[in-house]
Amino acid sequence: MALATTDTLSGATRADRVGDGAAPTAAPIKKAAGHIAPNLKDYADACATFSWERARRELDGLPGGAGLNIAHEAVDRHAAGARADHLALRWLGKDGSVRDFTYRELAAATSRFANVLATLGVHRGERVFVLAGRIPEFYIAVLGALKQRCVVSPLFSAFGPEPILARLTNGAGSVLVTTPALYRKKIAGLREHLPQLKHVLLVGDEADTVAGTLDFAALMRAASSLFRIGPTSAEDPALLHFTSGTTGKPKGAIHVHQAVVAHHVTGKLALDFHPADVFWCTADPGWVTGISYGIISPLTNGITSIVDEGDFDAERWYRVLEEQKVSVWYTAPTAVRMMMKGGAELARRHRFPALRFIGSVGEPLNPQAVEWGRQAFGLPIHDNWWQTETGGIMVANYAAMDIKPGSIGKPLPGIECAVVRRREDGAVESIEEPDIEGELALRRGWPSMFRGYLNDDERYRKCFAGQWYLTGDLAKRDSDGYYWFIGRSDDMIKSSGHLIGPFEVESVLMEHPAVAEAGVIGKPDPLQFETVKAFVSLKAGFEPNETLRRDLLGFARKRLGAAIAPKEIEFLADLPRTRNGKIMRRLLKAREPGSPAGDTSAPESCV
Amino acid sequence: MNAINREQVRALVVEVVTGIAPEIDLAKIAPDRPLRAQIDIDSFDFLNVIICLSERLKMEIPEADYGELATLDGMLDYLAKKSAGAG
Repeated sequence: MALATTDTLSGATRADRVGDGAAPTAAPIKKAAGHIAPNLKDYADACATFSWERARRELDGLPGGAGLNIAHEAVDRHAAGARADHLALRWLGKDGSVRDFTYRELAAATSRFANVLATLGVHRGERVFVLAGRIPEFYIAVLGALKQRCVVSPLFSAFGPEPILARLTNGAGSVLVTTPALYRKKIAGLREHLPQLKHVLLVGDEADTVAGTLDFAALMRAASSLFRIGPTSAEDPALLHFTSGTTGKPKGAIHVHQAVVAHHVTGKLALDFHPADVFWCTADPGWVTGISYGIISPLTNGITSIVDEGDFDAERWYRVLEEQKVSVWYTAPTAVRMMMKGGAELARRHRFPALRFIGSVGEPLNPQAVEWGRQAFGLPIHDNWWQTETGGIMVANYAAMDIKPGSIGKPLPGIECAVVRRREDGAVESIEEPDIEGELALRRGWPSMFRGYLNDDERYRKCFAGQWYLTGDLAKRDSDGYYWFIGRSDDMIKSSGHLIGPFEVESVLMEHPAVAEAGVIGKPDPLQFETVKAFVSLKAGFEPNETLRRDLLGFARKRLGAAIAPKEIEFLADLPRTRNGKIMRRLLKAREPGSPAGDTSAPESCV
Repeated sequence: MNAINREQVRALVVEVVTGIAPEIDLAKIAPDRPLRAQIDIDSFDFLNVIICLSERLKMEIPEADYGELATLDGMLDYLAKKSAGAG
């Protein structure tokens, strides 16, 4: 079902979407000096003076030369120093309740959880998964598990049982922290398929009544709040972020403790963190943004973070910005477009004197949305670009730099980007001329570069060509050095800022008795950028009628969860295939209104 | 426009919600608690529900009112009231 009011939306229209190769139509947004000087004052200068060694020295390292641990940099070093009583996290409950944690209190809580894991016999390197909404225990569990030197894998609470099973299995999780409701709905039925899952800890009421699980709160109460982080190498695995692929199962991108160097410095440079800032990242911690910037970066920088448990609600968001005096805000284009839909007048009923900088990530921020920030908040919105595989922001629009609306900005100091093409001999070469489309590539070796895909070395290797990490995103660089996102080089779908793999969705559809083939694409959408649309052909004896369509829709939603299940299903007699039998998703996509006529010969990419 | 009664509105809401999320059994929903806390629908599903109701009832539902539609009871109260009040 498509949105009926697409034509009247004040926000994104398909024509605004950058990437059709035409010259940008929106004028650059020039910056005037404000009263808080940005950390990055001059781009060229910042790049010339930057080094990763210097960036590393902004962190403390574990006492006694015991190495580098994300949780020490984020929590313990502040708890032991001048920021001990500074507010680290302020959690806003859906029901209006508020829970505050100073750095000292956060250190105690996270140490308790580290002790809980130790007492349960959960050792260094074991995978601890967290599946929950934005509750304080999510944040405590992630940081506590990092203290215990486990590998943390966050899961988006809207995932259905199938995506959850795939990730828990691939990651061989031995611990899962979740809630009774989520457990009953999505995990209980999977237990027999998860022999490696030793401990399930439940957070919340009735946590002590569910068989086969442990009560998180009770374990925390019994644990000591003193914990000494053991020696941790900068190259020890710390985070396992699952990301979808075009083919095959979701991939677990491995990040190591050294990623914290990038988390820390990109927060300073791209999000302009200053010591007195109140920061709000609206991303869910189930996604990499919600971990790198929803947890780690603001904490390593010693600032205050707001966490809102509630779902998107424009009026609530404006109240939070106003009441909490948020000074730096990091959100997503989808949310901006939803706010645009409600109108700037709603925002202007509030005052945001503290708000100084707004950033956005997830998909390219269209020019109208960049500009709309000025109407609603008096501030343009700064788009930035990065991926699960990059661990942190790689390309950004900076506070001190003019914005070209629609552009993702310029590479972070310390990051080298290129637009590359593949040569006849398979090698990859950098395109030096401006305004030529190619694949966005990053010179390998930055601290938060993923170190592998779990159990899939081959796929990992395919992401690299010599010194270049191939992002799978198509882009161009203009003559001023600004980068512009064009699209994916493969069949991945970008919906509400999340990358969704068609294969994962198709596999579930194929489990339905009526389905012979399924081809899933991203259909252009003014609010979500793309929505997941499935084309399905049926086995003999099944009629392509409304009843079956509804049945399939419900089937997919139940298994995959609302976030990645198709919003639309269309029946086709046959799906177009290549000579070697692969579904030509590009052809399906090219037929959709609003799609650029596609090049249907897909280049080789790492996904 | 004719006013429609609460029962008709309820039937319409069930039809619209299950059109977007067929796997949901609204009979199991507590009508006075937020819908999204009880069932798995995302912001866009919710938005599509509102748009669809708006089309079917031929009434405008401004964004500022979305908060009143968070629960099933809230939806029925709002829609029945608006339908009666509209000229």
